[in-house]
Amino acid sequence: MQYEAVIGLEVHVQLATASKIFSGAATTFGAEPNRQASAIDLGLPGVLPVPNQAAFEMAVKFGLAIGAEIGRHSAFDRKNYFYPDLPKGYQISQFDHPIVKQGQVTLVLESGEEKCIRVTRAHLEEDAGKSIHDAYAGMTGVDLNRAGTALLEIVSEPDLRSAKEAVAYLKIIHSIIRYLGISDGNMAEGSMRCDCNVSIRPAGSETLGTRTEIKNVNSFRFVERAINSEIARQIEVIEDGGRVIQETRLYDPDRDETRSMRSKEEANDYRYFPDPDLLPVELDDAFIEACRATLPELPNARKVRYVAEYGITEYDASVLVADRDIADYFEAVANHSGQGKLAANWVMGNVLSELNQTDGSIADFPVQPADLTALIGRITDQTLNSKTAKTVFEGLMQREGSVDAIIAARGLVQVTDQGAIEALVDSVLAQNPEQVANYRAAPEEKRGKMLGFFVGQTMKASQGKANPQQVNAVLLAKLQSED
Amino acid sequence: MPSLSSDDVTRVARLARLGLSEAEAERALTDLSAILTLVDAMAGVETSGVEPLSNPLDATQVLRPDEVTEVDARTTLMANAPAQADGLFLVPRVVE
Amino acid sequence: MSDLNALSLVAQMDGLATGAFSATELVQAHLDAVDRHDALNAFITVTADLALDTAAQADAARVRGEASPLAGIPIAHKDLFCTEGVLTTCGSRMLENFVAPYDAEVVRRCQAAGFSMLGKLNLDEFAMGSSNENSAFGPVRNPWDRSRVPGGSSGGSAAAVAARLTPLATATDTGGSIRQPAAFTGTCGLKPTYGRVSRWGMVAYASSLDQGGLIARSAEDLAIGLAVIAGHDAKDSTSSREVVPNYRAALNSPCQGLRIGLPSAFFDARMSDAMRQALETVKQTLTALGAELIEVELPHLTHAIPAYYVIAPAEASSNLSRFDGVRFGHRVADPQDLTDLYTRSRGEGFGSEVKRRILIGTYALSEGYYDAYYKKAQQIRRLIKQDFLQAFTQCDLLLGPTTPGTAFAIGAKQDDPVAMYLEDIYTVATNLAGLPGGSFPAGLLDGLPVGYQLMAPHFAEARILQVAHHVQQVTAWHQLQPEGL
Repeated sequence: MQYEAVIGLEVHVQLATASKIFSGAATTFGAEPNRQASAIDLGLPGVLPVPNQAAFEMAVKFGLAIGAEIGRHSAFDRKNYFYPDLPKGYQISQFDHPIVKQGQVTLVLESGEEKCIRVTRAHLEEDAGKSIHDAYAGMTGVDLNRAGTALLEIVSEPDLRSAKEAVAYLKIIHSIIRYLGISDGNMAEGSMRCDCNVSIRPAGSETLGTRTEIKNVNSFRFVERAINSEIARQIEVIEDGGRVIQETRLYDPDRDETRSMRSKEEANDYRYFPDPDLLPVELDDAFIEACRATLPELPNARKVRYVAEYGITEYDASVLVADRDIADYFEAVANHSGQGKLAANWVMGNVLSELNQTDGSIADFPVQPADLTALIGRITDQTLNSKTAKTVFEGLMQREGSVDAIIAARGLVQVTDQGAIEALVDSVLAQNPEQVANYRAAPEEKRGKMLGFFVGQTMKASQGKANPQQVNAVLLAKLQSED
Repeated sequence: MPSLSSDDVTRVARLARLGLSEAEAERALTDLSAILTLVDAMAGVETSGVEPLSNPLDATQVLRPDEVTEVDARTTLMANAPAQADGLFLVPRVVE
Repeated sequence: MSDLNALSLVAQMDGLATGAFSATELVQAHLDAVDRHDALNAFITVTADLALDTAAQADAARVRGEASPLAGIPIAHKDLFCTEGVLTTCGSRMLENFVAPYDAEVVRRCQAAGFSMLGKLNLDEFAMGSSNENSAFGPVRNPWDRSRVPGGSSGGSAAAVAARLTPLATATDTGGSIRQPAAFTGTCGLKPTYGRVSRWGMVAYASSLDQGGLIARSAEDLAIGLAVIAGHDAKDSTSSREVVPNYRAALNSPCQGLRIGLPSAFFDARMSDAMRQALETVKQTLTALGAELIEVELPHLTHAIPAYYVIAPAEASSNLSRFDGVRFGHRVADPQDLTDLYTRSRGEGFGSEVKRRILIGTYALSEGYYDAYYKKAQQIRRLIKQDFLQAFTQCDLLLGPTTPGTAFAIGAKQDDPVAMYLEDIYTVATNLAGLPGGSFPAGLLDGLPVGYQLMAPHFAEARILQVAHHVQQVTAWHQLQPEGL
């Protein structure tokens, strides 16, 4: 039997507000335990919440970015349950009247096809604290610094059909929140977390299967693996004649499997009701329009513009726009060098691959846009060829100085002197008489490939500095003239 | 409304994390049943189309500017904590 | 000067201003009275040193000519208001050792006005009760008859004011907790409009109904106190920005032509003859003052008790979840696991009425019951509010009894929660609608005080105080005092 997966994601995004959603405590990551937990965050008796305007502005920006209807009348509810990291015994959230109603984002699938994923809603709520498990014998420590951090929970419709689609969707959400500057989206630090709702059904079926929820998956890679392993597990359960039960599961990356979280399973009756400490929030046109006015150019619009302005492919454009900082970097290089395609190739081929290897950020990257612009300038004025340009890039990575300084220090100026190149070619041909004879004996259609050998030898003899086009021309001329 | 059972009392006490002795649970069944009889009188009131009133003034929320106004007061704020170590509140081990 | 504590707040202010006595003498006289009447059990904590320190500062400031008019006037706070550095128990074993790291906004304002805090007053645990028998620190006794309850939940506040232990006490009212004890003790109690007084630092029972207020011995004293505690507080989202009027100046506005509504549902067959007679005297006084009495209808009033006993416990069940033995409050000695920590800490820390309300509230919010209970109650709440708003198109104020009868014996209703809940029958509707209400003495029935209640449109506290003040100019009910003080 063929199965189809049905996936919906709940993405929790920590908003980049300076203070918490209901208190004036700071939100900086990594403070000592409970030093950023105010009386309100600790839920001490008699304290009251007052909502943070910036959280609403950020949520509205997100709503506008995904073309959603903004909840002009939103309200906070209490979600009641007991847990040590939840100080009040309830989480303040939005249940009936979220700030962002239905919207959508568009994915580009690997096939190049576009797919629209509906976002059901996005609502504001407060984050919980953290439990620290291993430091105390028989005890768990509770740090409430994170408690009360503003969260935007973004809930998708079950429109996703594979782990790859889920990751693509998550990346788009990540890209949007980073463009909007409403979150750093740092999954390793928990600024963006993902719950995956997964079910399967026979391919072609319209009815939904029983879903499970995989909680708190904290990287793009794990989202893909967790969903795939859960799909495989559900198929196995059904093929074995069993039934999938609705439950919450945890992904264990070490074993690459999900397991049931039975401890949290009991009594899921959250007793939502309107929070009587807070009043309904009414947002008027002026508020929403002020948010709209601050919206930056979003990834999709940028992609379209890149294709038109720089003549690069849609795929390349989509890679370049995914991260706002990378896109800004690319745009700086492309505009200053006047070489859009070359800039795209260098950013994608060199800059991004270095960043991926080191997990670094573009802000701290050794090669800044001015450096890459200079490098491209030296390629277009033929000072460098592609090989020496790579060497200069390596020099820049080692922070050896400016492009010209590296060229000088490493002696990388391209050899374009016709006489010098002819001399190099002559010596290569003299050292390889057998190959020269073979070349000359070969039929025309085979010679192209054989020429490569001589080009390689000549470039090697020039220590990579000879202009390859000139080397090519001289070789052809010399090999043919003495036929 | 259906009448209350001792299972209901157990379920609700569990949801509320409220320890009740056997005598208290029995007493709760009697008292809660009496209270529910009192409040069940509401069922006869015609309320279709009436918007529930959560706040008596029907007022709207004023939002706070995003400013950090709190300073670290951990020692004071944790002074009432029954069990703590290294600035953490301690609870019996939580198994996830 | 041993009877300084018998003076009204206004008289105490005058005495301080003219130098007839010092704040230290005044505070000492009250502290002595507190000591003498220890058996009333009105106080949970007495802060004598603090009170005398503040009084000494007030005296020094007065010598320099820098004292505010209230500097050194004694006050005591219901032990539901947080006080920095001083125990705040809420009448609960759960918080028997809890010291708040901040002051409630009401406490802060009183301090800023110069009041000398005598201590913290007994109450029904977490303000849940109508008799003050639900306190982990024992029942408060009614100064008029020590075998009787003072009412609740602000029983300590009412008893302390009635026994002249303080001229002014803060109190809170969620369903009648200021007005009912005021009526039972022959004192004046004002529950302001919801949102008039900040709830910051006032430990929550039912957030959409709770309102801080005052108990004193005259309408004028209430007006002076209300001016101190009323007003917007940015720390409480539900606190109102409505301008605070000059309550004291408004006391003398004439009552001529005021229309006072008599809700027929209040004056129905269930009212005792004695109560009817007491209210008749009040009505005659009001007529003599030039007010016009008219009958009005509040069709949904009979549903106020059921709606209240769903909404208040529902909110309470959630508000009291934070008492879990983790960050503060009672914690069992040897928790076996997390669930054990929660259930036993809460089981031991809360008294039976609190548990009852947590259970009923949890039930009303639980899956499958929300619409039938919580939502229905909030709909009825709107109907009740609309009834009041409709009535206030015909009249300026409403008059009714505060309670069905006079103070009952300690223990009389302890085993019957429903009978206890019905004590609130005349008071809960104003909380549901967020309206201000005041209870004022209307004389004695069989030697026990009885009160009448005035209710006004939102933010019309001044009108309640004005009418009560006029009544108090022509009657002496508010000056009656228990024997043996």
